[in-house]
Amino acid sequence: MFISKISRLVGAQAFKGLPKAPITIRSKRSFFPLVQNDYFEPSSHRLFSTTATETSPEENEEAQKISVTFFDNDGEREIKVPVGMSMLEAAHENDIELEGACEGSLACSTCHVVVMDVEQYNKLEDPTDEENDMLDLAFGLTETSRLGCQVIAKPELDGLRLALPAATRNFAVDGYKPKPH
Amino acid sequence: MVLAMFVRKFSSLRVCVVGSGPAGFYTAEKMLKAHEGAEVDIIDRLPTPFGLVRSGVAPDHPETKIVINQFSRVAHNERCSFFGNVSLGSSISLSELRQIYHVVVLAYGAESDRVFGISGEELKGVHSAREFVWWYNGHPDYSKFTPDLQSTDTAIVLGQGNVALDVARILLRPPKELATTDIATHALDALRESSIRKVYLVGRRGPVQAACTAKELREILAIKDLHINIKEADLLKTSADEEEMKNNRIRRRVFELLSKASSSAAPHPSLGQRELHFTFFRKPEKFLESSDRSGYVDGVNFEKTTLKGSAGSGNQIAAGTGQYEDLNCGLVLKSIGYKSVPVDGLPFDHSKGVVPNIRGRVVSSSDDAQTEDGLYVCGWLKRGPTGIIATNLYDAEETVASISEDIAKKKLTSASSKPGREGLSQLLENRNVQVVTFTDWEKIDSEEKRLGSLKGKPREKITDWNDLLQVTTK
Repeated sequence: MFISKISRLVGAQAFKGLPKAPITIRSKRSFFPLVQNDYFEPSSHRLFSTTATETSPEENEEAQKISVTFFDNDGEREIKVPVGMSMLEAAHENDIELEGACEGSLACSTCHVVVMDVEQYNKLEDPTDEENDMLDLAFGLTETSRLGCQVIAKPELDGLRLALPAATRNFAVDGYKPKPH
Repeated sequence: MVLAMFVRKFSSLRVCVVGSGPAGFYTAEKMLKAHEGAEVDIIDRLPTPFGLVRSGVAPDHPETKIVINQFSRVAHNERCSFFGNVSLGSSISLSELRQIYHVVVLAYGAESDRVFGISGEELKGVHSAREFVWWYNGHPDYSKFTPDLQSTDTAIVLGQGNVALDVARILLRPPKELATTDIATHALDALRESSIRKVYLVGRRGPVQAACTAKELREILAIKDLHINIKEADLLKTSADEEEMKNNRIRRRVFELLSKASSSAAPHPSLGQRELHFTFFRKPEKFLESSDRSGYVDGVNFEKTTLKGSAGSGNQIAAGTGQYEDLNCGLVLKSIGYKSVPVDGLPFDHSKGVVPNIRGRVVSSSDDAQTEDGLYVCGWLKRGPTGIIATNLYDAEETVASISEDIAKKKLTSASSKPGREGLSQLLENRNVQVVTFTDWEKIDSEEKRLGSLKGKPREKITDWNDLLQVTTK
């Protein structure tokens, strides 16, 4: 809401003469490059998949995105995550099965991820008391566990590797894929 | 339309989930996902879905209820259907359900309470925390419940788990802070008139063993203008305590919070200040009857306890010391656990209060490992009344994995087709059961939101059975 208002005020033309680095506005939840407002929709999915690639120079695109690899039962998936976006949002935009029962409001532990490299884990800000309270209840907690909704993409985290706890869960029929009827 | 017909045609697996709380909805979600040909019906005895997310989660925890969005998406799946106001046992029997469906998953939770079985438990003013919770959450079975909050200034909550903390917090929080939540109006009115100023949270064991989690503890300790009392002597740890804490992050963090609260507490409450007392190492011996109000409770007699090592488990248990002490109060809320209730034709382990099962498959009798074809359990009925909403996610995964395994072994989809949804609808129609569909629930939902917006609340719960059913016919 806030962003679309601003973009209407400024207008797409205003960006033409600006320096190469894209103009960005950071909201609490996510970070959208304001490249062109014609196609702007609240859905960030649309913005990144369509608008941005059409209008933004490639190198800028790359510079604002980091590579993150998720590991789950099906193997691994590398995705590009815009700086400022949480791992929960990024997972959902890419159809990675990370639960998010409370939708990032720090009231559950279902988006629990395990940071696979200690050096990467140490680059994150310490979890708040509130996050720790939820991590207390996370299934299969490890020393480098975090909530996906609290891990926000930043350039230093490029190459981040995250395991979904499901990957470490082991039920009797692990990996079993039923055939459709 | 064409797609719907296509799906219908190839739907051979008919699944019924009993109970629409987290265990039921997570089971439905995982079944729909794992089996593209499955049609999943969820029945609930209430006209409203979501079980304890609606009637258990405290009104001042709106974030915890956000999961309703996810469950509603499941209910909107074209292969999923909600049948509210349908009660297993009275609208339809378990054996009928099993005839209609290939798979029946019981996820109807725990709707009763554990009891102490001690003298005076039947006195007026002694309630289970569940009753109090259902009352303030507007459960339609408790709209006429009237806990007396005006004849006393003291309440004793027995138990120190999160439910105990919830009821204590509701009693102690300034009502004006609750006024903007979806708390039932009858409860808000009663809390505004409440004379209760002092709440004791009593546990049989010590601060290292308190069953609450850090979030709920942090929250109650942060209530404005509340005097906290924790005896310093109770915070002395033994080496066995240290051992327990070493292996348990929650216990460690809870203990830290209690220690901090104890050291920063004022020595005495200020005049008129509300008080919360954490009372450890006390086991209720009997409830005391008032001498001037016959039939009413006016206190609890406790036996002091000490901790003893429990062989093998590494946990310590409370043992009586033979010393007793009375605490006066006019209200007792017992928060020592919910209990599941069996239905006809269902194997049940009365000592554990659960349905005997192997990874969700119902076991026919306790002496052999024979399982019932097509009958499964999930949630509290399967593993007992503990854990958080997310626990049901893993629980449902396990039960659905068992179902998938049985399907792969051809144990379930024999050549015989089952009537499923049509069969259930027909039977309920014959019995004049007024089914509440998910669309009907959405009428209740929008009416509650509308009524709430008039009062600055996110929702004004409709708490009367007839009113709930009435709204769906509009």
